[in-house]
This record gives sequence, C-alpha cells and structure tokens, in this order.
Amino acid sequence: MVQDLGYLKETPSQTAGPYVHIGLTPNYSEIGGVYETDLGSVMVNDKTLGERITVTGRVIDGAGAPVKDAVLEIWQADSAGLYNSPSELRGTADPNFTGWGRCPTNSTDGVFRFETIKPGRVPFKDGRKMAPHITVWIVARGINIGLHTRMYFPEETAANAEDPLLARIEHRDRLATLIAAKEGSVYTFDIHLQGDKETVFLDI
Amino acid sequence: MSDRSNSKPETGAFFARDRAWHPPAFAPGYKTSVLRSPQRALLSLDGTISEITGPVFGHSILNELDNDLIHNFAKPGESAIGERIIVHGRVLDERGRPVPGVLLEFWQANAGGRYRHKKETYLAAVDPNFGGCGRAITDGEGGYAFRTIRPGAYPWPNGVNDWRPAHIHFSVFGHGFAQRLITQMYFEGDPMIWKCPIVGTIPDKQAIEQLIAPLDWGNTIPMDARAYKFDIVLRGRRSTLFENRLEGN
Repeated sequence: MVQDLGYLKETPSQTAGPYVHIGLTPNYSEIGGVYETDLGSVMVNDKTLGERITVTGRVIDGAGAPVKDAVLEIWQADSAGLYNSPSELRGTADPNFTGWGRCPTNSTDGVFRFETIKPGRVPFKDGRKMAPHITVWIVARGINIGLHTRMYFPEETAANAEDPLLARIEHRDRLATLIAAKEGSVYTFDIHLQGDKETVFLDI
Repeated sequence: MSDRSNSKPETGAFFARDRAWHPPAFAPGYKTSVLRSPQRALLSLDGTISEITGPVFGHSILNELDNDLIHNFAKPGESAIGERIIVHGRVLDERGRPVPGVLLEFWQANAGGRYRHKKETYLAAVDPNFGGCGRAITDGEGGYAFRTIRPGAYPWPNGVNDWRPAHIHFSVFGHGFAQRLITQMYFEGDPMIWKCPIVGTIPDKQAIEQLIAPLDWGNTIPMDARAYKFDIVLRGRRSTLFENRLEGN
C-alpha cells in the first residue's frame, strides 16, 4: 500500500431553505432582541474612502419569477483594491470598509440592495489586473449549494476587455450576464438562475 | 473584523470542490430545485485573491447568550421548551487542520417543528421563549459549542407526505470566501433522514453520514443536557511552498 494522504472530505452542502432569514438576518425576520443588528447590513461609514454606489437587483428563477426568499452576500476590495482580510498581504485595507455585505431579497418584490463603494482593481494570479468586480454568493430554498458569480461595471470597458476571468467565457454573448446596468450611482445586477439569460456561475 | 489568532495568514488557493460529493444543483426529488438550478456548466477557475480572502469576524460581535438558544430569546427567568441538548464540535479543513476564529451561525425549528418565521404556516405552536437563532466563533483549536433544544420534525409541501427530519441549519465562514458553506446537521438514529428528499439530493451515502451528529454520551451533562458532536470540514488550502504568485508586485 502507498501512504495515506489523510485528507478529509468537505462537509456536503445543503439548501439554506425558506427560513434562512432566522439565522442570517433575524431582525429582518422579526426576531428582535437577540442580535443588535443583522450582520452585513452596513458596509460603509462616514469615513469610508471611495465612490459611493448602490448595488441592487433581483434573482430570477427559470420561469421568470423573482426569488423572494434568497439571501445574497457580497465580497469586494476597497477603493484601493485591497481586501479587508487577514489573507490580504499586499497592504492594509481601509479600516472603515468591511468589504462584506449580506442582504435578503425582499419578500414582497424580490429586490436586494447594498450600499457600498466601487472597488479598485486587484491582481490576477499572474500579476495582470482584473477589472473591478464584486463577488456575489447566493443561497435560497431550492439552491442545494451556494452559487458564486461576479458583478462587473459597464463603464469599465477597457478593463473588462482585458479581464482574465471574462476572457475565459467561451460563449461571448454570455459576458453581458456579469455586467451590471448603470444609472447614476445605482448599478442594477439581475441574476438569472436558469434559461436563455442564465448568469455565468463560477466553480472557483 | 480584525482580531484573530496569531497563526500565519494563509494565502494558498483552495482545493477544487468535489462537486460529485456535494448535491447537484438539479435534483428533481426536491421540487424547488427544478427552476432554481443553473443548466449551463459552471465556469471553473483556480482561486484568485477575490476568493482566497474573506471576511473574519471578531469576538466583539458576540453577546453573552448568542450560543444559548434556550435563553437568548426567552423572557427573564424562563427558558425554551424541549429536550435540552449541547451541540459541539470542531471546524477543520480537508487537511485536518483546525480552522480557528471563524463564525458559525445556526437556526432551527422549535421542539414541535415550528419555525418563528412569517412565511411558516404549520399548525404546531410557536414557543414564546424560543427564537431559533444562535452563533459562535471557533476557538484556537477550531472548537465551538452551543446549547439549544432538539428541534422537531415538520411537514413541508414537496411530496404529498414529506417530512423533514429533525435538523439544525449551519452557516459557516472560513478564512476565504471560497470556503463559504451552508449545510444541515441531522441526529443519529433518526429514521426520517433516509426518507427526506433534501437529504436525498446528496448522491453518496457516506456524504450523507457526514451530516449526522452522533450522541456524545461523554459530554452529556447529568441532570441537564445531552450532547451531540458535529464536526465540520471546510475546503483545504494548497501549501504555498511553490505558489507562483506575482500579485504582491
């Protein structure tokens, strides 16, 4: 026998279910008095550096209906392109920016909304710069394992054209699914789980 | 989001996820997955700094009762009704190393299988002293523990007569956003486990067994609470001995 590598298997995922809000956003689901605030509901404060933006949108199912019981989390760099993480070794991120946010899709209209800042560019593994982007993670009833995707910015035409991840998308008409629509400081990013407009999801 | 153990920061990319071990997106026995599953293949990419990094939460976010679901929603002097249990375990990575300083969040139904949620219509009663949420941060050895009551099974509109086994939902952060995981813990010996379409989304029996917490008699507190042990494994990281990362510039 050869030596045993001794690796463990990752704990398998299960759906977050329809009542995910009890655990992740209890104040939103009217369970008051346990936590002061819902974690991830505020990403910025008065001192946060960078351009203030709103990221909003909906998650759409394969029949075109908005998913009203999802929870989204986003993770992004600060305005200088640094992550607020112990694994960030290139410098110290803006202490007034968490980089991480969490928001349910509203139970009435299915809309999510993050008040954040536009991220700076961060390097790909070979040193090339990726275009500014926000990582998005989606869980909900009916989603057995959380879906990862990225939101890119429509005004970053040149940066998007040289982005290594976007370059990997074989069917070029699908790039558009990762690029938000801009109106003033509001970016709308609709996520299509299935069908003709299906968003590109990542195994990353 | 700053305090953390004094271990060296980890910057290796994560092991690729074994997606044959996890449930597939499309699992028609679980009906809601039919319209909520992508049909196109996922775009695969070795992790970049956007996934290798992730938020880390300090102990300052925790209140004293955050890991005590028996009391964190109860009126003063009262407690939730049900079988008192302790759930504890460790968070490890695929290399078997403890994952310290990571946030775990839990949520569950009450002893009768009723969730405190406005969309929940099951006729079993709400417990006025039970909210159903809790959280903890792993210690230096990756350990965590919380007190709760054992949740009840409950029916759900999937098949005509589908019931969920007793379960506790877990949300787990790692040190990198790529480790983000949501799962469910089941209880040893529950015959409902093997009838459940959501459990059945997982193709491998061994993978299902990884979600079943054994009764931990050794840690049961006499005249107080029984204990269950539930270890969680997050994605491992490659060692960085020969990582060719130029992003430091």
